[in-house]
Amino acid sequence: MLQDQDRIFTNLYGLHDKSLKGAMSRGHWDGTKQILEKGRDWIINEMKASGLRGRGGAGFPTGLKWSFMPKESDGRPHYLVVNADESEPGTCKDRDIMRHDPHTLIEGCLIASFAMGAHTAYIYVRGEYMREREALQRAIDECYDAGLLGKNNKHGWDMDIFVHHGAGAYICGEETALLESLEGKKGQPRLKPPFPANMGLYGCPTTVNNVESIAVAPTILRRGAGWFSAIGRPNNVGTKLFMVSGHVNRPCTVEEAMGIPFRELIERHCGGIRGGWDNLLAVIPGGSSCPVVKAADMIDAPMDFDGMRDVKSSFGTAAVIVMDKSTDIIKAIWRLAAFYKHESCGQCTPCREGTGWMMRVMERMVQGRAQKREIDMLFDVTKQVEGHTICALGDAAAWPIQGLIRNFRPEMEKRIDEFTRNATPHGAVMQAAE
Amino acid sequence: MAKLKVDGKEIEVPDHFTLLQACEEAGAEVPRFCFHERLSVAGNCRMCLIEVKGGPPKPAASCAMGVRDLRPGPNGEAPEVFTTTPMVKKAREGVMEFLLINHPLDCPICDQGGECDLQDQAMAFGVDSTRYNENKRAVEDKYIGPLVKTVMNRCIHCTRCVRFTTEVAGIAELGLIGRGEDAEITTYLEQAMTSELQGNVVDLCPVGALTSKPYAFHARPWELGKTESIDVMDALGSAIRVDTRGREVMRIMPRVNEEINEEWISDKTRFIWDGLKTQRLDRPYVKKDGRLQPATWSEAFAAIKAAVSGAQPQRIGAIAGDLASVEEIYALKRLMAALGSTDIDCRQDGAALDPSLGRASYLFNPTILGIEQADAALIIGANPRYEASVLNARLRKRFRQGNFPIGVIGEATELRYDYSYLGAGTDTLADLVAGNGSFLDVLKNAKRPLVIIGQGALAGEGGAAVLAQAAKLAAAVGAVTAEWNGFAVLHTAASRVGALDLGFVPAEAGRTAADIVASSQVLFLLGADEVDLTRKSGFTVYIGSHGDNGAHVADVILPGAAYTEKSGTWVNTEGRVQMGNRAGFAPGDAREDWAILRALSDVLGKRLPFDSLAELRRKLYGDYPHFADIDAIAASAPGEIEALAQKAGAMAKSAFASPVKDFYLTNPIARASAVMAECSALARNNFKAAAE
Repeated sequence: MLQDQDRIFTNLYGLHDKSLKGAMSRGHWDGTKQILEKGRDWIINEMKASGLRGRGGAGFPTGLKWSFMPKESDGRPHYLVVNADESEPGTCKDRDIMRHDPHTLIEGCLIASFAMGAHTAYIYVRGEYMREREALQRAIDECYDAGLLGKNNKHGWDMDIFVHHGAGAYICGEETALLESLEGKKGQPRLKPPFPANMGLYGCPTTVNNVESIAVAPTILRRGAGWFSAIGRPNNVGTKLFMVSGHVNRPCTVEEAMGIPFRELIERHCGGIRGGWDNLLAVIPGGSSCPVVKAADMIDAPMDFDGMRDVKSSFGTAAVIVMDKSTDIIKAIWRLAAFYKHESCGQCTPCREGTGWMMRVMERMVQGRAQKREIDMLFDVTKQVEGHTICALGDAAAWPIQGLIRNFRPEMEKRIDEFTRNATPHGAVMQAAE
Repeated sequence: MAKLKVDGKEIEVPDHFTLLQACEEAGAEVPRFCFHERLSVAGNCRMCLIEVKGGPPKPAASCAMGVRDLRPGPNGEAPEVFTTTPMVKKAREGVMEFLLINHPLDCPICDQGGECDLQDQAMAFGVDSTRYNENKRAVEDKYIGPLVKTVMNRCIHCTRCVRFTTEVAGIAELGLIGRGEDAEITTYLEQAMTSELQGNVVDLCPVGALTSKPYAFHARPWELGKTESIDVMDALGSAIRVDTRGREVMRIMPRVNEEINEEWISDKTRFIWDGLKTQRLDRPYVKKDGRLQPATWSEAFAAIKAAVSGAQPQRIGAIAGDLASVEEIYALKRLMAALGSTDIDCRQDGAALDPSLGRASYLFNPTILGIEQADAALIIGANPRYEASVLNARLRKRFRQGNFPIGVIGEATELRYDYSYLGAGTDTLADLVAGNGSFLDVLKNAKRPLVIIGQGALAGEGGAAVLAQAAKLAAAVGAVTAEWNGFAVLHTAASRVGALDLGFVPAEAGRTAADIVASSQVLFLLGADEVDLTRKSGFTVYIGSHGDNGAHVADVILPGAAYTEKSGTWVNTEGRVQMGNRAGFAPGDAREDWAILRALSDVLGKRLPFDSLAELRRKLYGDYPHFADIDAIAASAPGEIEALAQKAGAMAKSAFASPVKDFYLTNPIARASAVMAECSALARNNFKAAAE
């Protein structure tokens, strides 16, 4: 259970003053100059020591990522790009940061840019986030007016932040597709290598970070790596925004310590499962791309990267989607398959062709209009997509279906049996077969 | 050099190689669709997946990964990749299955059948049955012009066509719109592409999505006889393969020749073949009672004999056309010499090129391959886009590599690359020669400047002065040194350099083709249709393949062979001697042109001393040894440029205009082609629309 004094996002619900003045009263922008004065290496080492893992889903250590940037510029400018294209179904933390606590992000941008030698940061905001962009822009304007950003600012590090508004494509949340989109091209992922740290935005060294990863950095540096790494379990430290949606009594976004057991998270913040714990069917623990986990495996699992890996799922962005027993789980996963089919960029073959195929088979699975052997075939198709694509969207499309088949195969077979029985009058076929 | 092991075989390859190239080097076959050596890497078909030892536990796209990206083993062993492991096999089968689920099973009615990458690779790397029970995707066919037919159901989204048009052809007219399953290749508003190189997308398309429209449903690849030959549509001599069924040419394809055309050919080269079947002269004609009437060879020859015997020898003229081969021009030259005439010319457009100034004065000295070494270019009175489209692609290739400033004196038109427009004509050139203008510094600072002079600058009265001034400019900016000769004359006619090498020009200085036409009592036209024939006064003999301008004014027509119907030598604008081969026979009574001249010489009592093509060539090589050196360029002397520069005098004021007014209709074969006529009409309408 996270103590109130350990919370980083102190205005997550927008109940307090969102302006610069209000943010400063809550301790943001405090001693930023002193942090910068400690130097680049100190910041990167402190971030490494804090054990912060990227909050965008893959969980790559943030400090390590920052250290990949060239120490000396070879003449090309460096860029920080903040990925605020929060499009994963279930995920809704970045919007709360941007609309209610934007100064955490802006201060983080300044510190991170300093640490990687960048004078320019771009924040790529999801197309649907109109009000969030406005709030963020308002906050940035305030900072310019107060001399916190811009040329010759109070911190002695020239800094410009540009908010770029996307057009609402999920794939533009993939870091290289985001860079393409930012450059004004069609949002299609690039081939890696070269990685953005060498050849990113406009061919210059670039680091792409999630909003939350950047927004927590100033507080970590102010309070020290030791404080942050003391929260949670080893390798899974710190605080994290959990977004609980679905069949709980009070869905919410809440900052909690990493490693909090699922039961405690739901009981304390969400008022329990709708209809009680016995009514829990399954949970998608980290946003739509993570495999679904059965209730029994989930209830006492610690909510962090390793904990979710142990139940054969993934922590993702900690977008917890709770489903009770009223859920048609096959249809739910079909809906996700439809989402990925719609959002596939069409660049590479397995994803372009595979997402449509998987969705169509799932469509029949929902009705039960299929053969049982097709379940194995579907699993095989997901394996053919996974790992064969340019970016991770192929994997993201494959995992929910794999999770479904792994955990709910009997349910799918039952559906097929029912359909077969109803397809012929009086179950003639079934009787004959028996 | 990087060391790596491919399937256990250790090899060493250059650092810039991709894994795919390295595997190929080691002899391992890697299937691919999107990868193409001459285009950027897209990495989107995922067919070339291979296993990399020590990497992540998933296959890697070998086309997109360089050998430099590999990490050595823990003890410094060479990195290892595998192309035959179960993981790779499974991955390929998977990708192939995905490619095929939405690909129609219409191979029996598909023009690509028999030469389809997807067909071949499905056989080699796919599985035998389908597991896909859903409906296949249906995509509407797109109109992208009169040359390329689309069947979009078959598209596998490799984007080779998009990359070709944007990178090589320089048009942003083809693209991939939509996303996911709904992604489609289109010209956005379904307009025709405007490139002169668009036909190459047909070759690039690995499936039957883009096929040749004129060739649609005409033949199957395995029925065709294939003859390697040389193109004569422009002065580049692109390497082509002529596919024939019987004596009919069914299509023309490019061959790889790194020194000239890489593997591209222009649309005129590719789609000219329907012109080989129409408007053909297939029997001799003699004008009787004011009308051309069919005749026998002996009647035709008798008519010519009567005319020649009645004419003064020095008033017998001969003009060689733009498509003529060296052999027949040689035969004509010897015949004219035997008749006692020196009124011969090959420069139908009146270009002021003079073989007596030396070979370097009329060649594209830096060579086409040399363009890639150049670091600045000045184009004088040429429109390479229309005069030599494939060469223009080479200029664009160099332009895309950067640091290649290009200046243009002449017409300001779209050339497919950025250039600085310096001026319209002689004034601008004179200004540069005088040492003014900022572009002069660009040329001076360049290590290997290129000065391209087009026929548009050399035609007419002041041509000789322009040529000399251009030489002076080239010498002044250091374009002519011992190791680099950047003085480049761009020709438009395939026969021109060979004819100049033969000295097929009037003995009297200053005499032009137009003068010869006007003054000759007997005029021989060897496929000459581009010269102004309205002023002709005497008896006219036309030897050629098509009923075009020359045949219209002729008194006797002797039917000749088109370039696909004879073995002949052509010398391209670089001075490279190349030999084309006969792909089929000429129609009807038509004969090869050298044989016509040989037979005619007998009737005229001046029998030429050869009875076969081989004998002719022996004589030719004896007189002009450099023609024997096939595929080579005889060295020319840079000193000739400097000598030419010394002659620079005052230029008459004029503006340069390209001689190619209509790219699609530059020769009699093209004017007989319905496809070229359609392209021409389309291009003209386009330009009008653009002007409005």
